[in-house]
Amino acid sequence: MLKVEGLTKIFGGLKAVDNASLEVGEGRIVALIGPNGAGKTTLFSCIAGFQSVNAGKVTFQGKDITGGAVHDIARSGMVRTFQITQPFAKLTVHENIAVGAYQKFHDRSQAWEHARRVAEQVGMGAQLDQPAADLTVAGRKRLELARTLATNPKLLLLDEVMAGLNPSEIVEIIDIIRKIRASGVTVLLIEHVMQAVMSLSEHIYVLSYGKIIADGAPHEVVNNPAVIEAYLGRGAADSAKPESSHA
Amino acid sequence: MNNDARAIGWPLHLALLAIAVAFPFVFPSPFLVNFGVLALFYAFIGQSWNIAGGFAGQLSFGHVVFFGAGAYASTILQLRFGMNPWLGLPASALAGAVVGGIIGFLSFRAGLKGSYFALITLAFAEVLRILVNSVGFTGGGLGLLIPAKMSAANFQFPERIGFYFLILALTVVSIAVAVWLKRSRFGAQLAAIRENEDAAMALGINVFQEKVKVMVLSGAMCGVGGCFFAQYFLYIDPTIVFGVDKSVEMLLVSMIGGAGTIYGPLIGAVLLAGISDITRLITNVQGLSLVLYGTLLVIIIAFLPNGLIDLFKRIGKRFHQGGA
Repeated sequence: MLKVEGLTKIFGGLKAVDNASLEVGEGRIVALIGPNGAGKTTLFSCIAGFQSVNAGKVTFQGKDITGGAVHDIARSGMVRTFQITQPFAKLTVHENIAVGAYQKFHDRSQAWEHARRVAEQVGMGAQLDQPAADLTVAGRKRLELARTLATNPKLLLLDEVMAGLNPSEIVEIIDIIRKIRASGVTVLLIEHVMQAVMSLSEHIYVLSYGKIIADGAPHEVVNNPAVIEAYLGRGAADSAKPESSHA
Repeated sequence: MNNDARAIGWPLHLALLAIAVAFPFVFPSPFLVNFGVLALFYAFIGQSWNIAGGFAGQLSFGHVVFFGAGAYASTILQLRFGMNPWLGLPASALAGAVVGGIIGFLSFRAGLKGSYFALITLAFAEVLRILVNSVGFTGGGLGLLIPAKMSAANFQFPERIGFYFLILALTVVSIAVAVWLKRSRFGAQLAAIRENEDAAMALGINVFQEKVKVMVLSGAMCGVGGCFFAQYFLYIDPTIVFGVDKSVEMLLVSMIGGAGTIYGPLIGAVLLAGISDITRLITNVQGLSLVLYGTLLVIIIAFLPNGLIDLFKRIGKRFHQGGA
């Protein structure tokens, strides 16, 4: 469904993303992990059209979308959330989600009804009339998710929707993401919360210093010495070995 | 947005319309009818600003450029080409729309936002003022005088009440546009753009295109305001119809009344016209009304940042709770 080939993004002298390639098959949940500053969000921004790319190619549903306009990419069905949430602060939760719903439904009552359904789907049914500015961090993350979901996307790019949430909120979001996938939406997520990554994803890509250093099934990736090294430093792979049998 | 639409329903629209229709019959003195015309005129051009500045968040500081374009387009067509002045209304709408489209296209293509957009619109207005001032075709600094030929067919009503009902009709249309924006897909997209352009884009909104569209709409309305102004005063010159004053007035009536609301500009306009008439009655100090208005603006920004309409909403809410 989504194919990224040799994507490179350079900021000044820094290669934020260096020849990264990844593939997301239809109906799957794929995770992109990596230490802080590895370039995950930059890679997301390049895929979604927010940043121009220096080299490489992004193909979505067989169509080359490299360098395409953000709104065109979003309309074609690939929609992203933001790591730093970007609510329409003065609008209510319902209005926020309706903006997404209006992309699919031009009629007001249909769009509002669709927005209400999506709100219930992500557990915001009781907060419809609340201004977005009054939401907690968890609420804002859900709102990000709901707004993108309301556009009826084919592929969701979720950028750390669990950061800053408490354990019970994380469990709820994991459940919501599972349901989203079950409804036929493909998911590519950036996440630091390993509990979520391990339980949700079928395939993991690991980014470090802008390069994809490993990919595979979750249990393969966490035992990969290169990955352990990227997270914990050189030599850590050896000392971590005895414990890795538990995973 | 939702609350607003619910609070302001048909009963309120119709009650206000009834008051406005009755006004010149209850107060037929030319002084008060003139007050009504000016209040509605400011409400109309204030609403044109509000649609771009309040609804879409594109704060323009040079909205007068559309006003002037409309005023000059209709007046020149009438004086130089003998066109019926009534056709000046669509012509001025077209002129305002074209200027709005061009300025929107150029500024938004260049990625200008916020105060930079405000400054570039001011610059456009000043450039046009100086251009119109220095070209013979537009009458230069002397301006254009529309010869008086009092007849409704000539867009010069012998009685002020004719102008009153014309500007009332225009204001009703402008309020209808605002109501439509509150309830439509286009309006929802504009609100999203106002609140957060990146997020709007990420959801599939063509931000550039929608912003140019709203400038075209706002420019067209403001242009019509220019045409009305020219026909009411029968005289325009570059300083009057391209000067900063009008831009500030449009912006002030919206901000004081409540930017981004349906009735904000009307509330602000009644207040502006009221203050200026009252100060003119009781003193002859030039510009005192603007001093008062500025003071009022400071007070409102400090205590009612969403405009005077907030005060009405609070009172309404208290009344509602008390009654229930």
